[in-house]
Amino acid sequence: MNSDKKVISVRNLTKKFGSFTANDDLSFDVYQGEIFGFLGANGAGKTTAMKILCGLSYPTSGEIMVAGLDVYKQREELKRNIGYMSQKFSLYEDLTVFENIRFYAGIYGMSLKDIKLKSDDLLKKLDLVHARNKRIGELPLGWKQKLAFSVAIFHNPEIVFLDEPTGGVDPVTRRQFWDLIYEASRNGITVFVTTHYMDEAEYCNRVSIMVDGRIEALDTPEGLKNKFEAKDMDEVFLRLARKSNYKE
Amino acid sequence: MNSTISINNLSKSYGDVSALKEINLNIKSGELFGLIGPDGAGKTTLFRLLATLLLPDSGSAALCGFDMVKKYRHIRNILGYMPGKFSLYQDLTVLENLNFFATVFNTRIEDNMDMIRDIWVQIEPFKDRPAGKLSGGMKQKLALCCALIHQPKILLLDEPTTGVDAVSRSEFWQMLKGLKTKGITIVVATPYMDEANLCGRVALMQSGEILSLDSPSGIIASFEKDLYSFEAKDTYQLLLNLRAYPFVNSVFLFGQSVHYTDVRDVVVLSDLKDYLKSKGQDHVEIKQIAAGIEDCFMALSQQNTVQK
Repeated sequence: MNSDKKVISVRNLTKKFGSFTANDDLSFDVYQGEIFGFLGANGAGKTTAMKILCGLSYPTSGEIMVAGLDVYKQREELKRNIGYMSQKFSLYEDLTVFENIRFYAGIYGMSLKDIKLKSDDLLKKLDLVHARNKRIGELPLGWKQKLAFSVAIFHNPEIVFLDEPTGGVDPVTRRQFWDLIYEASRNGITVFVTTHYMDEAEYCNRVSIMVDGRIEALDTPEGLKNKFEAKDMDEVFLRLARKSNYKE
Repeated sequence: MNSTISINNLSKSYGDVSALKEINLNIKSGELFGLIGPDGAGKTTLFRLLATLLLPDSGSAALCGFDMVKKYRHIRNILGYMPGKFSLYQDLTVLENLNFFATVFNTRIEDNMDMIRDIWVQIEPFKDRPAGKLSGGMKQKLALCCALIHQPKILLLDEPTTGVDAVSRSEFWQMLKGLKTKGITIVVATPYMDEANLCGRVALMQSGEILSLDSPSGIIASFEKDLYSFEAKDTYQLLLNLRAYPFVNSVFLFGQSVHYTDVRDVVVLSDLKDYLKSKGQDHVEIKQIAAGIEDCFMALSQQNTVQK
């Protein structure tokens, strides 16, 4: 469950592309085991911030620590301590289920023996033992997404970043996916997630909402609903995001 | 009244995968009709068949009385189709794209301005920008203009709001409402269950089949069970506890609450409260609620799975 140990600490993060400020003085913390929802309209600057937190892009300024590591100087170490999954790309379609697991776990330096042991457990848990040697391309989308998440946390990272992980997935599978997220959070893995489904925002412990490169609100879903006198997160989101001055 | 779109026993397979299984559907003139379902439901296959881009394995369909296979040329003149993937020319400007589509249909932008004006004014400031350099919301508006420029009688929109943020989604539905007043028959596919309520009638689809076909209120009225909403401090623990309850029928997360149905006809809530208390959850709020489209979809899709 949630602890007071900070696993992400962001102070005054700014990122500029030429004269355009994509991230404007962001400051926030995320705690161990927390499910943190990172919301914002298209173009609000979510992807830019996420890339910086994953060590894929340098900030223009600011102090940012992820898993206790500095995003300027310790990027390679940082990458080893996080997991990442997106809807667009996660697993290799033409590799089998086991080949994908072996590939990802191998990149993170796990031994083949550990990989074999752990993957047997995982496939049992996901009810995918029969599909071990099937190509990913043959699996239904829902299974793929659940497997992709499990592969992203296979090396037991401190934090997993999920970029719209459930787009297009049916409502039953979407909930099964959130079961896996809750379970990971209970095991102490911090979950940093973006989504366009506002009901999913309510599954998060805390939620931040970005508008025009700034964090306009950050609180528990309950706190946000009270503050904006809204019946659900959809209403909170629409109120905040409509303030946007974003022009082409 | 005659149907603008009439579909009879339409089937389509790709190798071993049957994407559409004997679909029957009639859509009336001027309807705003929703195809609601996840990826793999068959929505795109159905659109490609109706847009005369694919041939069916069996069955037939007619649009405004024209047979989908025999009269495909007629259909292409009366149909506007916006595919799920952005399919305009990225290196042509906004205006060049619109001009291109007008010319292909042997018409001019000026002659059709009434049809697209409300949408066009929003993208006109960027008319000299290459389409590939537009934001997602603007691309979508341009694609809609291009699909409308020949004044189609029927408009097919394949997941226009997927991956689009909540603000742009609500703007898009406003535009559709405006188009509906012009008398166009609109069929829109979406994986977002909440968008069903914005349609006149919907077909809930999964794995190539129609699970239910009705107005949103009709679908909700057909939800058979009593539905209860539970709230507690630890939602996940609540979910696990309810899942382990001997009389559970279904239990699903919904935002910060859990939606529950029971296998028994009469549910004694105090029994459930006692049970949860015995599991250490003291302060649980329970109330009976009306089902939403998503509750209905999940109930129907599970019935469907069990029957197989």
